[in-house]
Amino acid sequence: MEIIPLGDSALVVRVREQFEDAPEERLNEVLRVFQLLQRAAIPGVVELAPAYTSVAVFFDPVAVLKSNGAANGVFDELATRIRSTIVPASRRHPRRTAANAPRLIEIPICYDAEFGFDLDRVAEHTKLSGPEIINLHSTGEYRVACIGFVPGFTFLAGLPRNLATPRRDVPRKEIPPGSVGIGGAQTGIYPLRSPGGWNLIGRTPLKLFDPAKNPPTLLHPGDRVRFRAITREEFESLKQ
Amino acid sequence: MTAIVQRAGFLTSVQDLGRTGFRQLGVSTSGALDSFALRVANLLVGNDEGAAGLEITLGGLQLRFEDERIVAWCGGEFDVQIGSRALPAGHVAQLQSGDGLKFRRAQFGCRCWLAISGGIDVPVVLGSRSTDLRANFGGLEGRTLRGGGVVPLARRPGSLPPPTPISSWAGPHDWVSPAKRYPVLRFIRGVDWSRFDDATMKRFTISEFSVSPDSDRMGVRLEGPELKRKHETDLISEAVAPGTIQVPPSGKPILLLGDCQTIGGYPKIAHVITVDLAVAAQLRAGDGVRFSEVSLEDAHCLLLERERDLDRFRIGVSLQRS
Repeated sequence: MEIIPLGDSALVVRVREQFEDAPEERLNEVLRVFQLLQRAAIPGVVELAPAYTSVAVFFDPVAVLKSNGAANGVFDELATRIRSTIVPASRRHPRRTAANAPRLIEIPICYDAEFGFDLDRVAEHTKLSGPEIINLHSTGEYRVACIGFVPGFTFLAGLPRNLATPRRDVPRKEIPPGSVGIGGAQTGIYPLRSPGGWNLIGRTPLKLFDPAKNPPTLLHPGDRVRFRAITREEFESLKQ
Repeated sequence: MTAIVQRAGFLTSVQDLGRTGFRQLGVSTSGALDSFALRVANLLVGNDEGAAGLEITLGGLQLRFEDERIVAWCGGEFDVQIGSRALPAGHVAQLQSGDGLKFRRAQFGCRCWLAISGGIDVPVVLGSRSTDLRANFGGLEGRTLRGGGVVPLARRPGSLPPPTPISSWAGPHDWVSPAKRYPVLRFIRGVDWSRFDDATMKRFTISEFSVSPDSDRMGVRLEGPELKRKHETDLISEAVAPGTIQVPPSGKPILLLGDCQTIGGYPKIAHVITVDLAVAAQLRAGDGVRFSEVSLEDAHCLLLERERDLDRFRIGVSLQRS
């Protein structure tokens, strides 16, 4: 495990170097570190950002100095606190990787051509028919590897390999909220109107990001996700 | 208790010190791009340092006040007027009901921050009054100010002795006017510094880069010598931070600012130090900028020193009032 400065007010705890070799395990390791750091509430730490193989720790150097003193400098002081938070816990529970059992969330998706602008493109690339693509996509189980790009945008791991399709050469300027896409070996949902280059194959009627709620996102890092194919009528009745 | 927006200017938004605590869900910092300038402006008018103010980009804003307020601003070299009187950066002005406040185009620099006694009274969304202009929430319904609209103001803080219309004293020059004619941004080495070849490392520190017109609150896009990596391998996405300089395959670096996304996959060559984000927030299209390396320890020392100076300034300001 490496701890590297990400500027003077953040650092990256690199838990692993690789992700694709064992996505499920890597994700559990990263989430364990994330949860331990969250619970430790180290003075001066402002927020955390987990991603595939790392957890970034954002901090206020002035607050770190005031609460911990920093004979060895702000960074070393904080890095020591972080190591002592993470390491003993993993020694205590060598086999327990994730602290909390992940939730399973079902997301309804309408795969009608009206929403799946790029189903043909995916079909051409994967040599699969439309119904085959929909069937494969909606029977798999995914996990939220991380959230970023825009608030609530979920990067989901677990896309069946034969559905992988390269991103569009020219990104769309505006993608409707709720659009479900495939970008390379990943799948994800656009929660907000935004630009984007992924191949769109359907749309969910659920609201994935709502700033009026706390927490503001439906999905959290580590959640298990299943997709359920729904009709156009169901889409309308579920629309939020 | 409002100020009327007669002209909204090029891009004016409500910002405070930023939104924290939701980064794991993809929520950006937003906030004043130079949060220190906003803190100083707030102190000058007797507000909490974290009160919401206005971030004004390239000027053009014109407000009319409906009650008495104390105002101060910090930032680029703007011409600001109350009627026919000039209000220089870092001075404190007492406005009467009906007074107008006008921000003309900046001579140089890009942005400034206006603090109004009482602060701007918009709802707190996810812990902050800042406008998230990418996700469209916070501030004034998630958008910029519009001409003909109003800016809601909170009740003024306790009794302040009325100063002369415009104070003769001002905040420290470096704080209230951080824009530089020849900006040099100090940086520490990026997470991916060693992925770049030696010539690129050298080029990064000796060349002048110019600010591209498609820069915004997300990032300053830079033109200059191409920055090349030793190997063009895909990196696993991880967190980026305001101040991070990332290099996309085009070889043209992007200096990320407060509205930047939370996670990115481009290599990070450098990180501009926090105290110099005040200078970075003043860069505008066509400006030249250079980079100079410092150690992480120096970056922290500079930040702590500035904080100690601010502690002293806070006392100084309260003495001016008593």
